Amino acid sequence: MTRLFTSFRIALRALMVNKMRSALTMLGIIIGVSAVIAMIAVGSGAKARIEEQIASMGSNLLMVMSGSSTSGGFRGGAGTVPTLNVDDAKAIQTEIPAVKYVSPSVSGIAQVVFGNQNWSTIISGAAPEILEIRGWSLSSGRPFTQQESDGAAKVCILGRTVAENLFGGIDPIGQIVRIKKIPFMVIGVLSPKGQSTWGQDQDDLIFVPLATAQKRLFGMQFPGMVRSIAVQAWGPERVKEAENQITDLLKQRHRIQPNQDNDFSVRNLTEVMSSAEQSASVMSLLLGAIASISLIVGGIGIMNIMLVSVTERTREIGIRIAVGAKGRDILLQFLIESLVLSLLGGIMGIGIGILGTVVLSSFTQWPTLFSIQAILLAFLFSGSVGVFFGFYPARKASLLNPIEALRYE
Amino acid sequence: MEPLIQTQELVKVYYFGEVEVHALRGVSLSIEKGEFVAIMGPSGSGKSTFMNILGFLDQPTRGQYLLEGINGEHLSRDELAEIRNQKIGFVFQGFNLLARTSALENIELPLIYARTSTSKRKEMAQKALSAVGLEGRGHHHPSQLSGGEQQRVAIARALVNQPSILLADEPTGNLDSKTSVEIMDIFQRLNGDMGITIIMITHEPDIALFAKRNIHFRDGVIVDDRENPTPVTVGEEIQK
Repeated sequence: MTRLFTSFRIALRALMVNKMRSALTMLGIIIGVSAVIAMIAVGSGAKARIEEQIASMGSNLLMVMSGSSTSGGFRGGAGTVPTLNVDDAKAIQTEIPAVKYVSPSVSGIAQVVFGNQNWSTIISGAAPEILEIRGWSLSSGRPFTQQESDGAAKVCILGRTVAENLFGGIDPIGQIVRIKKIPFMVIGVLSPKGQSTWGQDQDDLIFVPLATAQKRLFGMQFPGMVRSIAVQAWGPERVKEAENQITDLLKQRHRIQPNQDNDFSVRNLTEVMSSAEQSASVMSLLLGAIASISLIVGGIGIMNIMLVSVTERTREIGIRIAVGAKGRDILLQFLIESLVLSLLGGIMGIGIGILGTVVLSSFTQWPTLFSIQAILLAFLFSGSVGVFFGFYPARKASLLNPIEALRYE
Repeated sequence: MEPLIQTQELVKVYYFGEVEVHALRGVSLSIEKGEFVAIMGPSGSGKSTFMNILGFLDQPTRGQYLLEGINGEHLSRDELAEIRNQKIGFVFQGFNLLARTSALENIELPLIYARTSTSKRKEMAQKALSAVGLEGRGHHHPSQLSGGEQQRVAIARALVNQPSILLADEPTGNLDSKTSVEIMDIFQRLNGDMGITIIMITHEPDIALFAKRNIHFRDGVIVDDRENPTPVTVGEEIQK
């Protein structure tokens, strides 16, 4: 232990002899490590934001969309023609064991009025379970009761954006808003979710009971039909199973022939999001890899300087070998020197990287995330760069011929 | 009793491309414990090559060299380093001290590679420093010492491991005559009082006269080997 300490002291002293040179050599590592730290922080920040959005969307979610239908050669897109109905939803709920909650829904855009304020927003008719499925909590008020749901009661739950735009500072609970001129009582306000991955404001909507939406607001054209069914599986491992079973069940219920297109589609939203997450991981990896290149360039700088140092100190090496230094003593001496260079550079690089990232994210509003693992990794990486690029010069030193080394001028 | 050093028909050939240079052409020699030998000869006579072989810095092309019965022929680089560390002290013409390193730390250098403990190292270095008359100057760096003082530090470094032989290659080559005499005085005391075997290369006949035995090299062979029954001492030298 004391031997190692002594070795580090000797290395530090040797590096202090050429302060400017050591500092410039370290700069290469400092830039490399701080780049790695900053890039990983940016990458994992982006990934964390996507994960947050996945969680906000609701977990283990499947969306069954109605359409596409073909009539007279025209194919409508998903959801254009309601081909699903409430019974389909009930069948999914009762017949598929992998399914936890089901919420059929119809939705449309309507003008909402409160006092002299008005706001155009999405009105979504859904089952009371929709809040469970989306993992959405109420910041005030209460959800629909089964009775309200079945009875097509004129009650509604406001998204945060809607509540703010219509009510400003007033407590919306118990107030009456008019949707398509029909008065609804506000019974709850949702807690905010923020933007979705594609930049949509998730809080800009109103929930009403499904039956209310069907009977009083939309869907007169196709009574009992719904545009989509939100389904939550029991767990992430059962999402796929639920997807397949729903497809089979609906094919059977809709009497789809083997050679016929489905008149519905099942979307696995978790899958979509996880591919977004994956691309964020890839990006973070790519950024890290690019930053690592600068660390390797820094390592080459170390190698260069260590080679110069070995040549300059040929005589010193000769003396040491003459008085009994073994190969590994010399090897270790120079290896520790390059290690000290790279580790000191690594420590400073971590500091500068963190500082730089904080400054960067405060200017650009990018989400950033530091992890101890990433910092440790960068530190270890800088250390191994030191050992890797220090090894060749150190080995060269340890193999010097003492007679020639002593004669070196 | 077997001699401290025994060489038999040492031959050393250097190859520079196609050219062969015979630095040693068969040197046989014995040196007993406690001798003080001066090796003389013109440049290119092979005396430095001979010293390098005696110091286990180089291997002979042919022939045999035994130091206390140890044959370095089949030893590895590291094993040779260990023998140098334990049994041989080097003193060079150019002193060869580590710059920016105190006198004491220079003296400790062989002990570091001998894995001697720190406290023991300090104690032994201090003792070696006293033996060359430099008490109290241990914390000076080489640049703060005169040539004679630097050479004394180098001698202390050579002594600190209590080696079997002290090999000095032109130890007075960079020194003025007064300082050279001081160094010879130290050699004589080390040899006389402490019984240390010294082998010294020099091309100054005056300096060779301090030794008890003078050997002359020419063209890679020994041409003259004689006892010097009455070595010069410092007292006489000063009177001159």
